[in-house]
Amino acid sequence: MEKKDALINYCLRLGDSSLILGQRMAEWCSNGPILEEDIAMTNLALDLIGQARTMLTYAGEIEGKGRTEDDLAYKREEREYYNTLLSERPNGHFGDTVVRNFLHSAFFYHLYQALKNSSDEMIAAHAAKSIKEVTYHLRHSAEWLVRLGDGTSESHNKVQESLNNLWEFTGDLFEMNEVDELLIKEGIAVDLNSIKKDWDKTVNDVLERATLSRPEDEYMQTGRLDAMHSEYLGHLIAEMQFLQRAYPTAKW
Amino acid sequence: MEDIKKLEEFQAKIDAEIKIEPKDWMPEDYRKHLQRQISQHAHSEVIGMQPEGNWISRAPSLRAKVVLLAKIQDEAGHGQYLYSAAETLGKSRDEYIEELQTEKAKYSSIFNYPTLTWADMGAVGWLVDGAAIVNQVSLQRTSYGPYSRAMVRICKEESFHQRQGYEIMAHMANGTPEQKAMAQDALNRFWWPSIMMFGPHDSDSPNTGNAVKWKIKRETNDELRQKFIDKTVQQAEVIGLTIPDPDLKWNEEKGHYDFGEMDWEEFWRVVKGNGPCNKQRLNHHKKAHQDGAWVREAALAYAAKQKEKQLVA
Ligand SMILES: [Fe+2]
Ligand SMILES: [Fe+2]
Ligand SMILES: [Fe+2]
Repeated sequence: MEKKDALINYCLRLGDSSLILGQRMAEWCSNGPILEEDIAMTNLALDLIGQARTMLTYAGEIEGKGRTEDDLAYKREEREYYNTLLSERPNGHFGDTVVRNFLHSAFFYHLYQALKNSSDEMIAAHAAKSIKEVTYHLRHSAEWLVRLGDGTSESHNKVQESLNNLWEFTGDLFEMNEVDELLIKEGIAVDLNSIKKDWDKTVNDVLERATLSRPEDEYMQTGRLDAMHSEYLGHLIAEMQFLQRAYPTAKW
Repeated sequence: MEDIKKLEEFQAKIDAEIKIEPKDWMPEDYRKHLQRQISQHAHSEVIGMQPEGNWISRAPSLRAKVVLLAKIQDEAGHGQYLYSAAETLGKSRDEYIEELQTEKAKYSSIFNYPTLTWADMGAVGWLVDGAAIVNQVSLQRTSYGPYSRAMVRICKEESFHQRQGYEIMAHMANGTPEQKAMAQDALNRFWWPSIMMFGPHDSDSPNTGNAVKWKIKRETNDELRQKFIDKTVQQAEVIGLTIPDPDLKWNEEKGHYDFGEMDWEEFWRVVKGNGPCNKQRLNHHKKAHQDGAWVREAALAYAAKQKEKQLVA
């Protein structure tokens, strides 16, 4: 594998995870439990899609075949998407979304903290900018997790169940392959083993405050590195790509 | 006796263009009129998130998606300021929402029409936000302070929305034949409902009397509608779209456009709940509210526990 291909793949991983999670958050618009949450969740969606645009644009530039952010977002199929399995989980109820976002934001938070020192200037700048947004996402989801976990017995049971259901997708966040190996040597990528303990600490602290119990690490699903997804992703991208696919010659 | 004196003082303030503030004395009818109007306006901002929200997941470019999301977020923010303005009149947001859900309060009928193609995102911004601006610019001078200030803040964002909507329409009108057809179709569907947003003719409008005297309303429905039509006709011409009104004609003598009669039967049918999406919009709002009940309860329970802990500590 060449460095260039590895770097493209790495940018797609970052960009796709933000895009898919952003698309999920946008589904909450007009469906939130209070108006303030509609506004907050729209904010998350805006940040995430903004992050995706930066990384997809960069991936297209490195590739050098003239593909734009939209070519990459709208004209790839599900087996070419490298987002985390966690990002594509359906919204479910508000508690499911809060847990998914919390686990994912904690991952992004520690990942971007480390990537601020990437030897790739674009990635370092992207991480430095995104860390501000992700800090807010982490705080927002952690605060809700604590409220729901330590709220009523109904809310406690609901989010504990969400956590139990989503836990098997957390292993995928930390999987690595030869892309990571090559880019770690170049000082571009981060060894995900090194941020795993920070992620663990953040998760454990918040779960404790939320009076929730951390599920056991039993079987962990994988797939992100090979663009292997759940059935949910195909529907999400079919909907997202509809206009570009239906009118291939149109400009929007 | 005292009330008559208060009423005279109140009217004198209105006549002198002094804003009425929440703690000031006001006639009960003035309060009721504003509670109804401001809450209806707030509900419209919030229900209006649905027809536009219908296209976020399918926005045809990432830029378009971000622009649409930001617009809808602004509308949610408008709902928020307007509920706050309405709360200064002595009713809570929960009470207003209850009135919406039990159909005691209304919202703008325009949102009871479906958004069927991407061009509708253009038409809604251009025409619906465009009509809203004409009304809201006028309301910046309304006599109730909190409402007037909310309008000043909101108007800036609405004109941005109108430009973005027009940009979508212009782009599609100059695009492929299919895109142009979508743009024209969106204009055909949204034109008449948009000009009916200003309400019945002045001669058929029962609420106008005191509202004008109290300067809640500064211009009449027909005056505002005329302003909107005059500024919009040219915009349609520039991008090569045809307004679906065969009677539309420039009237040199009046310096305004003449236009055809609106379908008031349709207007009242939609107001009374039988538009294409009335039930869908209300059920959507109720479902989100009910689905969120356990979340709101949990937040209250958590806050109560925290307060208790502080007292103990
Ligand atoms: Fe608005
Ligand atoms: Fe409005
Ligand atoms: Fe608007």
